[in-house]
Amino acid sequence: MKVEKIIDVENLVKKYGKLTAVDDLSFHVNKRDIFAFLGPNGAGKTTTIKMLTTLLKPTSGSMKVNGLNPTKDQFKVRKSFGIVFQDPSLDNELSAYENMYFHSLLYGIDKKGRKEKIEKLLDFVGLLDRKDSYVKTFSGGMKRRLEIARGLIHHPKILFLDEPTIGLDPQTRNHIWNYIKELNKKEGMTVFFTTHNMDEAERYANHVAIIDYGKILFRGTPDKIKKHAKAKTIEDAFLNLTGHTIRKEAGGAIDRVRAMAKSWGNR
Amino acid sequence: MKATYVLWLRQLKRYTRTRWRMLGSLGQPILFLLALGFGFGPIYAKAGGGDYLQFLAPGVIAMTVLFTATFSAMEIIWDRQIGFLKETLVAPVSRFEIILGKILGGSTVAIFQGLLVFAVCFIAGFRPTSLIMLPVALLFLFLIGFFFTALGSAIASHMEDMQAFPIILNFFIMPLFFLSGALYPLDGLPKALDIVARFNPLSYGVDGLRGALTGASHFGIGLDLGVLLILSLILAFIGSYLFSRIQL
Repeated sequence: MKVEKIIDVENLVKKYGKLTAVDDLSFHVNKRDIFAFLGPNGAGKTTTIKMLTTLLKPTSGSMKVNGLNPTKDQFKVRKSFGIVFQDPSLDNELSAYENMYFHSLLYGIDKKGRKEKIEKLLDFVGLLDRKDSYVKTFSGGMKRRLEIARGLIHHPKILFLDEPTIGLDPQTRNHIWNYIKELNKKEGMTVFFTTHNMDEAERYANHVAIIDYGKILFRGTPDKIKKHAKAKTIEDAFLNLTGHTIRKEAGGAIDRVRAMAKSWGNR
Repeated sequence: MKATYVLWLRQLKRYTRTRWRMLGSLGQPILFLLALGFGFGPIYAKAGGGDYLQFLAPGVIAMTVLFTATFSAMEIIWDRQIGFLKETLVAPVSRFEIILGKILGGSTVAIFQGLLVFAVCFIAGFRPTSLIMLPVALLFLFLIGFFFTALGSAIASHMEDMQAFPIILNFFIMPLFFLSGALYPLDGLPKALDIVARFNPLSYGVDGLRGALTGASHFGIGLDLGVLLILSLILAFIGSYLFSRIQL
């Protein structure tokens, strides 16, 4: 069977003033893949996802998402993916149901069966009995579950999950991943996810890429990567490839430089 | 147009759920109405201006709409900070639909707030002169709300955090209000003030509203309507252009 590339990135660069967040990045993701995008804090993962999902324009390089260019065909690209963001994106002043309802209208879910669909997903993440509570009364884990449920209302060609299961217990994590794997199998949905939980990558990904300092260090199947790094687990391979030093305030520093660059109009 | 509906509805829900804010924002107009209305009333009458409350009320109603509209627009910055903006920006809908929903939502909320203050003015003794013109007054409320939500959205689209908000309030919104003829008649003003008032969009809003409610207007309701309509359309396009260029 011929393998089709659904995401194709070539020589992608994103600079904020002098700081290079993504440095000449090239990689691809095959259709129907569950693809883990791994890297230490501040490696450029979220910046890459933002560029792929039309939220950010690259400094240079080319991208193809579902055969389209996210910089030019923004509207069509947005139709082909769904995303669960790393940081919160819920409206705290609305109830859980309203957050789901507004999302389903934005994504053009048919009126017929909409309510059932929303309730089914709320039930799936264990929030059905709280559907009319305001999100501001939710705990961190509940908000995370709601974000995931919301991201699953429509079934896009590509699902981006930026550290989706952060702060969730192993039971919930497992429960949610089984559902995603099922979608991947049944509907051929491509899944692109990032995580710091290497076990999660080991369990669910068919392909893994490790990124550091804005560059891809290795891309391949989990077995290949372990062989390449002469390691027993992906965690060891990750540490062998990216080193053991702790990144000093990595994510925060980038954010600060970005904010500075932006406030000086230096994009 | 579902996205427009969603964002309009969201604005409305947020408004009706924050009753304290609704009441809180009545404080300022009431203060203006009572302190200025009754404070300056006697001297205004002595100068031959007639009933000052009758003159001031449309100005205070317009002020309420101005402030409510600006605050609604500034919620874009809040949305950016809580992350909800991302959710709308990656959705497969045009950004024009999104910003239109926000502007319409902001104007609707501003109209409600304006009507509340109208009721307060009525209790204080303000009487509109013609019932037939009330729909025209409502149209002006809408246009003032629309224009300033659009203007605020254009500004807020490219603001990172709330820190710049006091600057906008003190160096932009307040001067617009004080130099609009909301508090004093525009006839016989010193040259400089007269020119500023002519270039102030709110002047036409206040004047049109006052014309519709009390029958006395400075520029004429037709001109007021024309200026506001054209400016609102221009601002809607500028706002949606700036909004469409947001990067996160």
